Amino acid sequence: MRVKQVMERLRKDGRKALIPYLMAGDPSPDFTHRAVLELAGLGADMVELGIPFSDPMADGPEIQAAAQRALYGGTTVATVLELVRSIRQESAIPLILMGYYNPIFRYGLKEFAGTAAEAGVDGVIVPDLPLEESSPLFDQLTKVGIDFIPLVAPTTSPDRMAQIGQRAPGLIYCVSRTGVTGTGGETDDNLPAYLNTVRQQTKRPTVVGFGIDGPARAVAAARHADGVVVGSALVRFFAGGTGNPLGQAGELIQTIRSALDGMTSTE
Amino acid sequence: MLPDEQGRYGPYGGRFVPETVIPALVELEQAYNEAAADPTFQREVDYYLQKYVGRATPLYFAERLSESAGGARIFLKREDLNHTGAHKINNTIGQVLLARRMGKKRVIAETGAGQHGVATATAAALFGLACTVFMGETDIRRQSLNVYRMGLLGAEVVPVTSGTRTLKDATSAALREWVTRVRDTYYVIGSVVGPHPYPRMVRDFQAVIGREVRQQMMEMYGRLPDTVVACVGGGSNAMGIFHPLLADPVNLVGVEAGGHGLATGNHASTLQCGQPGVLHGSLSYLLQDSDGQVLEAHSISAGLDYPGVGPEHSYLRDTGRVRYTAITDAEALAAFHQLARTEGILPALESAHAVAQALKMAPELNQDHLLVVCLSGRGDKDVEVVQSCG
Repeated sequence: MRVKQVMERLRKDGRKALIPYLMAGDPSPDFTHRAVLELAGLGADMVELGIPFSDPMADGPEIQAAAQRALYGGTTVATVLELVRSIRQESAIPLILMGYYNPIFRYGLKEFAGTAAEAGVDGVIVPDLPLEESSPLFDQLTKVGIDFIPLVAPTTSPDRMAQIGQRAPGLIYCVSRTGVTGTGGETDDNLPAYLNTVRQQTKRPTVVGFGIDGPARAVAAARHADGVVVGSALVRFFAGGTGNPLGQAGELIQTIRSALDGMTSTE
Repeated sequence: MLPDEQGRYGPYGGRFVPETVIPALVELEQAYNEAAADPTFQREVDYYLQKYVGRATPLYFAERLSESAGGARIFLKREDLNHTGAHKINNTIGQVLLARRMGKKRVIAETGAGQHGVATATAAALFGLACTVFMGETDIRRQSLNVYRMGLLGAEVVPVTSGTRTLKDATSAALREWVTRVRDTYYVIGSVVGPHPYPRMVRDFQAVIGREVRQQMMEMYGRLPDTVVACVGGGSNAMGIFHPLLADPVNLVGVEAGGHGLATGNHASTLQCGQPGVLHGSLSYLLQDSDGQVLEAHSISAGLDYPGVGPEHSYLRDTGRVRYTAITDAEALAAFHQLARTEGILPALESAHAVAQALKMAPELNQDHLLVVCLSGRGDKDVEVVQSCG
């Protein structure tokens, strides 16, 4: 519900959703807790929290390293759900979990959905759970009112986009390019055409992620979507342990926020 | 016949991969189904297996090994005599021919011991495709000869420095590369693992092993073997030799790597110590902790050093059709030496696990018992490791 409300409000205001991604427990749950509240105050509309996994198939080096740090700190599915519960006591910002299937599967799909709903999770993204395999988790999440957020990719056919759209109660996550998460790398020249195709095939709100590392790419993607996800560009600040990582992350989010808000008139 | 339409073997298998590569898997499945039904393609595969790989491989009665064990007659299915020295090339010839048929110009592969990497590099050289092989840094160190061989064959070897730096991480790295270059790249998976249709396709290409065993045993003894033993990492040589015998009254034994012993936790015995989970695109038994994080496997043999296993093996374990056992590093080494001294054959350390299991079973069986061991590869690559173990 919270995701839908936020997206409706943004659409009415002619604004784009800005969704930072943080790896839960990188390097500690307390830090992630503070970071979420901080970024919420600086203009984030929702926050994606990564559940760390030992073998993140769809992630580039930044998020792989973040997952290693979180696992090293003892983060588990249970501690991520606990973290959501504690954030929820202080903030109503929509919280979306993004994690690979195995830890969720091992936790138990029904137990996961139940505990997540009770903790205050609003959506779940599972990058290695395509349409064909998604029914068991989709059903459990739907029962408890959590949005299953499916992904589409530049290689997805229009017909399949429409099918995926029917499995998207809240948002559709558009992977910006063929590839893994990460800063740098090529942008796809066909991004606008691809995102427009998604919009033709489904009325669901779309957010774009993978490779959104600053205002320029955020604006380019947001011109053809309802929001953007910024992940690797943020979590890399937490790798060093020097300086003021939260300050740097906040600054990046503010910069992207103003860029997104500045584009509304030209859209 | 399994798998079903969804690529399932009972509850196992499936297609747990990012959306980006789903269309490529659908395309691959279609192309493979067409190729499998096309006699021209089958003739082409057979031609290269015969004239280039050197098939059929002998089914050799290991008389002195049998005598030293006492009991059953032990036969070695000599996959070590294939070109490049292992069964892996049965699969890479098939898949690279398929890649060429699909118009792909570049193939990638993961490798553990380096045997699949060498076999892929070889097939790529043969058919003129570019080849990149992902290999964990730990494995690069312990299999330096194979790294050099891949270079000689014109392949690029990319060291993988993430995670445990072994086959598991090499596979993750290859999958990431495939996600990135899916439009022009064919991913040659080396075992009966990964998303559908790979487990089926690799099994089908490897099933030539079991078909030959059938025919050769019938020619020699007029009957099928009583027992067939094969090592299981991902499980491709085992699936290849077992599959044509699944419907027959043949005792099938899969041998996992027991490492330092199952009780120590340092092993790669996925089917005996793991729980169902999802890794590298399919649901199967998996070595994992209570939070679903994948555990590090251990084996003296780089090719068995993998925390997952092919989904069809998980199914065969649950149904009880195949019995799975474990052989420790020390037992495999002892079998390596015993085979070398009694038969003049250096087995790959992977295959030495199957030999060790046969040596355990043989004394309990009588001399009419026909026991076939899949000698999946030769041991030249392992000489340094054996030397360092004294």
